[in-house]
Amino acid sequence: MSTTGQKDLVLILARELAAQIASPVFIVDALGTLIYYNEHAEQILGQRFEDAGELAAHEWGDRWNPRDLEHGRVPLEDLPLAIAVQKRRPAHRPLQITGLDGVERTIEVTAFPLFSRDDRFVGAIAIFWERHG
Amino acid sequence: MRATIWGCRGSLATPGPETVRYGGNTSCVQVMLDDGTLIILDAGTGIRRLGMVSEVAEATTVHLLLTHLHLDHLEGLGFFFPLWVKGVEFHIWGPASPMKSLEQRIARYLSPPLFPVHIKDVPSTLTLHDAPDGEFEIGSARVLAQPVAHAGPAVGYRIMEGGRSLAYIPDHEPVRGMSLREIDPSWISGFSVAHGADVLLHDSQYSEAEYPDKVGWGHSSIAHVVEFAQVTGAGRLVLFHHDPLHTDEALEAHQLRARALWGSDVAAPVLAYEGMEIELRADAFSLSEQRA
Repeated sequence: MSTTGQKDLVLILARELAAQIASPVFIVDALGTLIYYNEHAEQILGQRFEDAGELAAHEWGDRWNPRDLEHGRVPLEDLPLAIAVQKRRPAHRPLQITGLDGVERTIEVTAFPLFSRDDRFVGAIAIFWERHG
Repeated sequence: MRATIWGCRGSLATPGPETVRYGGNTSCVQVMLDDGTLIILDAGTGIRRLGMVSEVAEATTVHLLLTHLHLDHLEGLGFFFPLWVKGVEFHIWGPASPMKSLEQRIARYLSPPLFPVHIKDVPSTLTLHDAPDGEFEIGSARVLAQPVAHAGPAVGYRIMEGGRSLAYIPDHEPVRGMSLREIDPSWISGFSVAHGADVLLHDSQYSEAEYPDKVGWGHSSIAHVVEFAQVTGAGRLVLFHHDPLHTDEALEAHQLRARALWGSDVAAPVLAYEGMEIELRADAFSLSEQRA
């Protein structure tokens, strides 16, 4: 967030990309607050973004009950997007989640940090895919 | 403050009988603050004539605010008289880049083989500043710089003095694939720069018919700029950065279209032209009329 309350241009452009591409995309700001997910992500997460609204990391980290493939709970700090925010590096892992529509899904998540300059971290983006079969 | 437009053409200088009413020089706007501080917005070819005006030629301090480094915003710099005057304090502000310093990027133009003299060898005293993402002071004004959506690093500027504000976003594609009216203002590129400004000088390069073939080139259609001005609540929209292929008659057709989209005769959009003067005083602001 800039000093004027407007979101950083890199986040604005990331959202424009997310709104156009066919892959589910989830975007957080530099504090890890969920600020946007696209229509394709809505289908997997089982909730419209307009209904979810902006969520702090501790809220979205639990909302979809993320689990590893052995059904063990995955804490927030081990989620790819949280790693991208906290450690400022890319991360990837498969997860099981339960959408707010009650459907369990297996997804692959790749997250990476966003910098507007070398030293200016502005947020992170996750792209994910549903695994079938 | 008083602003004077010395160039409002986009992309390429376009002199000739077809462009005589609105001018063929590329982007350059002079802003004289109430305390006498000289600010110049962009260094397109219009800056050459500006440099010959006595109040500029005799200036001891110049603040040049570059929105970005495309040639149409930079190519006049080497022909600006005060740059070559020893002792002039010359401050250049421009967008930061993750790759190279502002000086390194400007030097790609101001150095051989594209220019005979290297920027390091100009006699004025140069100080280069990365424009901050936020406010800073120049003379008696507060200036807001903020990155905006164009092709590559670019910023818009808002100059605020005496309760008045002038917003300048000459190259801007604020939205792709959605309506600005559908999204929260915090997601709109350039919103803070233009929000509630008394006067907004904004990219208006393409007609609505031309834009679909130019998506992603970093410029606005007439419909975009009108929507952007209305969403941001700008007081008076000045259509800026005219396409080099557009004759005076074509621009006047764009103005008609902009006014139709505006939907009101009150504070209707106007075309920028070389010589346009904009007075922003505490009690009022005014735009000069187009020459006959």
